[in-house]
Amino acid sequence: MPGLITMDDLTNEEIISILDDAERLLPVARGELYLPLLQGRILGNLFFEPSTRTRMSFETAMKRLGGDVVNLGDVKTSSVVKGETLFDTIQMVDGYTDIIAMRHPRQGAAQYACDSAKVPILNGGDGAGHHPTQTMLDLFTIRQAHGTLESLNVVLAGDLRYGRTVHSLSHALVRFGCNVIFASPDSLRMPEEIISDLKIHGAEVVETDDLLGQINDADVIYMTRIQKERFPDEEEYAKVAGAYKLEASDLDGAKSDMIIMHPLPRVDEIHPSVDSTRHARYFEQAFNGVVARMALMCRLLGVEVPEDINEQGVVL
Amino acid sequence: MSQEANMRRVTAIKNGTVIDHIPAGKALSVLKMLGIEGDMSNPVSLVMNVPSKKMGGKDIIKVEDRELTQTELDRLALVAPDASVAIIRAYSVAEKLDINLTDEVVNVAKCAFTNCITVNPKEPLPHRLIVTSRMPLRLRCRYCGKEQDTEALVDNLI
Ligand SMILES: [Zn+2]
Repeated sequence: MPGLITMDDLTNEEIISILDDAERLLPVARGELYLPLLQGRILGNLFFEPSTRTRMSFETAMKRLGGDVVNLGDVKTSSVVKGETLFDTIQMVDGYTDIIAMRHPRQGAAQYACDSAKVPILNGGDGAGHHPTQTMLDLFTIRQAHGTLESLNVVLAGDLRYGRTVHSLSHALVRFGCNVIFASPDSLRMPEEIISDLKIHGAEVVETDDLLGQINDADVIYMTRIQKERFPDEEEYAKVAGAYKLEASDLDGAKSDMIIMHPLPRVDEIHPSVDSTRHARYFEQAFNGVVARMALMCRLLGVEVPEDINEQGVVL
Repeated sequence: MSQEANMRRVTAIKNGTVIDHIPAGKALSVLKMLGIEGDMSNPVSLVMNVPSKKMGGKDIIKVEDRELTQTELDRLALVAPDASVAIIRAYSVAEKLDINLTDEVVNVAKCAFTNCITVNPKEPLPHRLIVTSRMPLRLRCRYCGKEQDTEALVDNLI
């Protein structure tokens, strides 16, 4: 069964068409319109490692569309701890549900589940691997702000080495002809194999350790969290992380339609003073996770999102 | 004909399999890939670093009284894709076999990535390495997508 395991499972045309569906579903996601496109369908939420946000986002998406959700429950008490294989868990849930969203600590788990299942699998993160539903919501947010995904200047900042979010996002942006600028401390630079892969796809890649110097030309600044654990000591962390923080006063020269994104949760990298600027987009971005996942579930279940959504839905 | 005569000279065994044109130094890897260990009863002879016009140096393996199957030989594509294989019956070449590198190498070697889903030996699906390039040989795991170190494959045989 086809699923969404990596962004390579979607063509650019499919991405755009799913984003169009998501756009139309916005009033449903906001709870202004009731449109039970997935009534009678059950989503299996299999989170083998905790991720409250992503799990809630999938659950909300299914319920907004009139469907239902079953959860794996706490991994500590479930059969996984008793040594059940992923294959066996999938066989069981496959029989209970119509579509599965999963996160797993091991890389490749989503493809493995996809090969084991009859229902479609949505990869909600596999180890340091892929997280395509996050990429879809990021693309949705960028297109919503700029009206296009093409030829934008996108600065990805912070921990680019370990952040799988920025890995798949940069791939997707390059497919749409964006310029990607990587701003990170030297120890957290984008992995070499990703850079060379992006260059193979014809991208011009700029690497810098100067985030503030990139602000004025940027259409999008995508911030990520720099984790303390990545540094040998507190002092080194404070020194490095200090250079990857944004405050409202840093944004004076920014383009008026520049947006700041963050996969959340944030720690110190975006000062609360930014929240009230026109540039802050991270809370909408989190909300967009619901609408992007609604559109993806409809697509994988073969349910068409109607063009005249307002006529079909019930106003709440 | 002269090639065959040459082969016969090098391979003076009565019945069995001769694997020639193995890259120099790879003979032990080839034996490992074929699961040929010291405890089997068939005589096995090994010639290493033989001068070769074509290859500079090469290794040769002769396994007596055993005809290797095509499936067994296809495993060799990972270490000696250009080796030539002859089945010997009554001192002469009865059959020549080619080693085929398929688009996907299934259940020959495991993915070497330590956090791959396939590290759990109880997971029942086959180990699948996808061939992304033939020259040079490049493989990546179907599941985790990690590119494999082709030199290390022999340490991850199933
Ligand atoms: Zn793997």
